[in-house]
Amino acid sequence: MLEEIIVVNRLVLLGLTVAISVALLIAIRQAKKGKKFFIRRIAGLEAIDEAVGRATEMGRPVHFSPGIASLSEETAAQTLAGLAVLGYVARLTAKYDTELIVTNRMPEVLPITEEVVRQNYLSQGKSENYNPDNIVFLSDEQFAYAAGCMGIMSREKVAANIMMGAFWAESLIFAEGGFAAGSIQVAGTANTHQLPFFIAACDYCLIGEELFAAGAYLSQDPMQVAGIKVQDLGKIVAVLLIIIGTVTTTCNWPVICEFLARFAS
Amino acid sequence: MRREVPIAVTFVAGILFLLDYFIKIPYVSENVVGQFLDWAIIIAAFALILGAANLLRIHIQKIIKGKKEWWNSVILLVAMFVMAIIPIIWTQQNAVYTFLFKHIFENLNGTMFALLAFYIASAAYRAFRIRTKEAAVLLVSAVVVMLGATPIGAKIWSGFPEYSSWLQTIFTTAGMRGIMIGASLGATVTALRIIFGIDKSYFGGQ
Repeated sequence: MLEEIIVVNRLVLLGLTVAISVALLIAIRQAKKGKKFFIRRIAGLEAIDEAVGRATEMGRPVHFSPGIASLSEETAAQTLAGLAVLGYVARLTAKYDTELIVTNRMPEVLPITEEVVRQNYLSQGKSENYNPDNIVFLSDEQFAYAAGCMGIMSREKVAANIMMGAFWAESLIFAEGGFAAGSIQVAGTANTHQLPFFIAACDYCLIGEELFAAGAYLSQDPMQVAGIKVQDLGKIVAVLLIIIGTVTTTCNWPVICEFLARFAS
Repeated sequence: MRREVPIAVTFVAGILFLLDYFIKIPYVSENVVGQFLDWAIIIAAFALILGAANLLRIHIQKIIKGKKEWWNSVILLVAMFVMAIIPIIWTQQNAVYTFLFKHIFENLNGTMFALLAFYIASAAYRAFRIRTKEAAVLLVSAVVVMLGATPIGAKIWSGFPEYSSWLQTIFTTAGMRGIMIGASLGATVTALRIIFGIDKSYFGGQ
């Protein structure tokens, strides 16, 4: 009866999710009490200020893409992490009176990007500079969107190209389009197969977990920073599991592997 | 209320989907979660109308104001309406729609994809310039992997395919797995931050 209700091969994942949730709540409680958590410097995020500054000096626009993932699939977290960076970029462009162009592939992301940019312009007291025509939906077709982005980068001669979110085959098209337009490029994704393209073609790149840490890093909100500490804790657990797995497999002791095969397949 | 309601909806939907992944409660899984999924599809469909409205507004303004290269906006709007209206009236099996799809859309799509070949070459050229020790390691690894993957590599030295495979299975896989573990933890914590209402950056706040 119980096996019909509980998905047995996801039991380990359930345990880990509960453990991470509890750790997150404890870390948040500590942050509320005033505990300060340290985050290492992330060069890619520091470079955003430099990129927007460069665009301001050159009098040219900044282009931002939140990736091509929707909000209803497993890569949605990357889009949401990208939106946190968009908020920071919008605050900077509002502050320095620099033009910001945001291109969207997924129609459901469009109203969110509009709201994020509008709210951040409002927070800087620059609502009159917010231009809704610069938050554009291009196409929900992957390569049509890529072609549209390239066209905008080339025509508007964007000075900074910031790409944060989930990208697939179009990643290199964007990066090379930005390079051809002469822009400084900051990219971030957790899609491992696209990372080499961004690393090769962009000036700065956020790798995997750095993208998810971006929102907390840029906002410096203690409660969000506490979340990054939980990520670190999770990594320690992962390292321990790797060591245990390596030792038990080397010693030909299959108990752990059999346990994981049954409850974490 | 403008913030509290979306946070409450996010919390309820997030917890429901999270629990449904691990625990299948008969009525809830089939009806409630299924209902939420249907709503998501309907919202996404309406969002497409928003996207089309955004395109229309921007490009009609461009045409009316006679902005630079306004004729591109005319082409875009005509293409958009033709490709939208034909299948609505005469279905997607219509000869005109099939012709436009096969002979224009597919070719344009293929052209964009094909551009990647040239972009890979130009990005590789920039990445492989030996400026740092890391770039030198990258260049050597790339040469070994590329030669290992081509017949000429095996002709030059029989060790290339073996070392190419060794680099990919040991170093690349280990690196990829490390990044994936970090990214998975990051995604999990980001999702929990949003479900618990700690991260509200998607509203536009900090």
